[in-house]
Amino acid sequence: MKHSITIRIPPTVSFLLDRRAPLVWMALLIANIVLFTLSLGSGEVKIPPLDVWLALFGQGSSADQMIIHSLRLPRLITACLVGIAMGVAGALFQGVMRNPLASPDIIGVSGGASVAAVAFLVFGANAGIAWLPIASFVGGAAAAALIYVLAWKDGVSPLRLVLIGIGIQTAAQGLTTLLLILSPIHTTSQAMVWLTGSVYASSWTTVHNLLPWLLIGLPIAIFLVVPLNLLQLGDSIAIGLGGAVQINRLAIILTGVALAAVAVAMAGPIGFVGLMAPHIARMLTGPAFGGVLPAAALTGSLLVITADWVARVAFSPLDLPAGLFTAVLGAPFLLFLLLRSDRHSI
Amino acid sequence: MSQPVLYRPFTRWMGLASGIVLLLLSMVASVKWGWTHIDWTSFFTAYTTDVPTQQQLVIQSTRVPRALIAAAVGASLAIAGALMQALTRNPLASPGIFGINAGAAFFVVVGTSFFAVNSLQAYTWIAFAGAAVAGLVVALLGSSGRSGLTPIKLTLAGAAITALFSTLTQGILVMDQRTMEEVLLWLSGSIVGRKVETLWTVLPFLVVAWGLALALSSSITTLVMGEDVARGLGQRTAWVKGGAALCVVLLAGSAVAIAGPISLVGLLIPHIARALVGHDYRWVIPYCFWLGGTFLLLADIGARYLIMPGSPLMTWLAGTGSTISVDEVPVGVITALLGVPFFITIARRSLSH
Repeated sequence: MKHSITIRIPPTVSFLLDRRAPLVWMALLIANIVLFTLSLGSGEVKIPPLDVWLALFGQGSSADQMIIHSLRLPRLITACLVGIAMGVAGALFQGVMRNPLASPDIIGVSGGASVAAVAFLVFGANAGIAWLPIASFVGGAAAAALIYVLAWKDGVSPLRLVLIGIGIQTAAQGLTTLLLILSPIHTTSQAMVWLTGSVYASSWTTVHNLLPWLLIGLPIAIFLVVPLNLLQLGDSIAIGLGGAVQINRLAIILTGVALAAVAVAMAGPIGFVGLMAPHIARMLTGPAFGGVLPAAALTGSLLVITADWVARVAFSPLDLPAGLFTAVLGAPFLLFLLLRSDRHSI
Repeated sequence: MSQPVLYRPFTRWMGLASGIVLLLLSMVASVKWGWTHIDWTSFFTAYTTDVPTQQQLVIQSTRVPRALIAAAVGASLAIAGALMQALTRNPLASPGIFGINAGAAFFVVVGTSFFAVNSLQAYTWIAFAGAAVAGLVVALLGSSGRSGLTPIKLTLAGAAITALFSTLTQGILVMDQRTMEEVLLWLSGSIVGRKVETLWTVLPFLVVAWGLALALSSSITTLVMGEDVARGLGQRTAWVKGGAALCVVLLAGSAVAIAGPISLVGLLIPHIARALVGHDYRWVIPYCFWLGGTFLLLADIGARYLIMPGSPLMTWLAGTGSTISVDEVPVGVITALLGVPFFITIARRSLSH
């Protein structure tokens, strides 16, 4: 019984795909569409699913169209894109560090991106919001580089990486608090909502700012599947098989940082999505990255859409930050991973 | 193991004596220096006049409470950290890293937002409960599984619980905008504007915990050598551990109730204390007391000057055209930024063997 199918696109691309993977992708996609529709239809004004789709395609009542196109759709697309970015970034980090706990939040990328983004919101906001993802990327990359350098001691041990990540995260929180305190109070309350991780107040501008990063980042991530699979074998085998290990690793980390940072810039650090999504994806599709990456993207999107839906509707009229719910889900999930860690060495 | 700096009893006593002097001098400095100029006459007569001057009012209402609170909180967090590091044999253990501060803070914010708790007494009990719950959860999670209690699992469990509690706290603050301004300052670990009554409320608990820590210190020294050794020597390890855990909850809970979560004091100070006097906890605990108190006092004085009108930071801020919403930097921010390099050094060292 074969568990995987081989995909070959001569001359360079060839990888194995778990047989389950396409089915899992379909299922996740359908779940995404269903939740997307339900979330679009719910809120102050309830719209039945069929009318949601009519409105999406420019049919149906003009009130429905207005609500969906100008209010709910940008927010949901943002949630979706942020989830995809976080899920893929998490999968890339976990793969390149061969560490099941490496996720943007834990290894400090979110923290660094947050500091830079808050600094930008407080001091540089008049430069224009389009620069926010870039500020955030620089912050995330700086934090990641710092952590990597500090964790280096005859190579980078996964444990040291995680511990130093926790340290940098603490420093980042200190800096963020300092910035918040130094900023005027209205910026503070704005930044607080943002810091809990929320897609509240997303507009088409948010979507336009996110989209180019994903359109570039995701194809690169797919190209990186082969080196990622190779890296799983360990450096010496990967080098023996002809992989350019160091360059590939740098490319993977940079792509991961870019995706995580842009998500943080647009929605704040929505916690634990980058940790959970790749794990759930791996449980569903098996370990080969060709299957994991799209599944992680779809799972990430599903998590953020759901969290945002619950945050928006369940406590109406309050509009809670989605990050609250991903944290409530994610912390126990992290602990579950810890408990399982005896079998899979952490 | 490298030899401690002070290894003869005489030098240790001398170190302790000069340490206490240093602590007292730091308290004097904390009362004397700040935005409001205090002259020595007011300083010495602050509590003896019937008609206090402006300066004497500042001393009575702000400076003295602040100095006492900084000393008590710093000392308590350091001792709590030392006990935790001994109990878990984890060099990274501290109330901040293991989620105990975050747990206490979360409980307090829940209490104030949802149950309109505003009595100091209630505040304290809630903080204790939060510290205990978070500590228990982290300890249980960190020690479950086949390989038992490992440093890395404890640290990660602590990080997870910290992340969970601090996100929840932030979420509550977002919902409840009214209290945000004051709570934000408290949450970042601040001893500004605390009433001295807060300290009097928790002081009995603190004194009990300091005494208990000292009483247990000899047993803890034995326990650090290993549970089997301690049992072999006839120690009732469960009692010692339970007592030490109680100390941690009382110390960390009180500290959070007064000053909010102040990070990394509890991590950093015990390492310095051990470098000075080695692993004999009969010495480590008193050294933590004065080192922790002095450290937090000095950090607080630094925090004052950082944001004073005319300081480099404020000049730069004025240049960027930004106005600020508070007049003090919370000392917790300073300790976090100062402590992280040490955290990283310890993390690097502890994983190298």
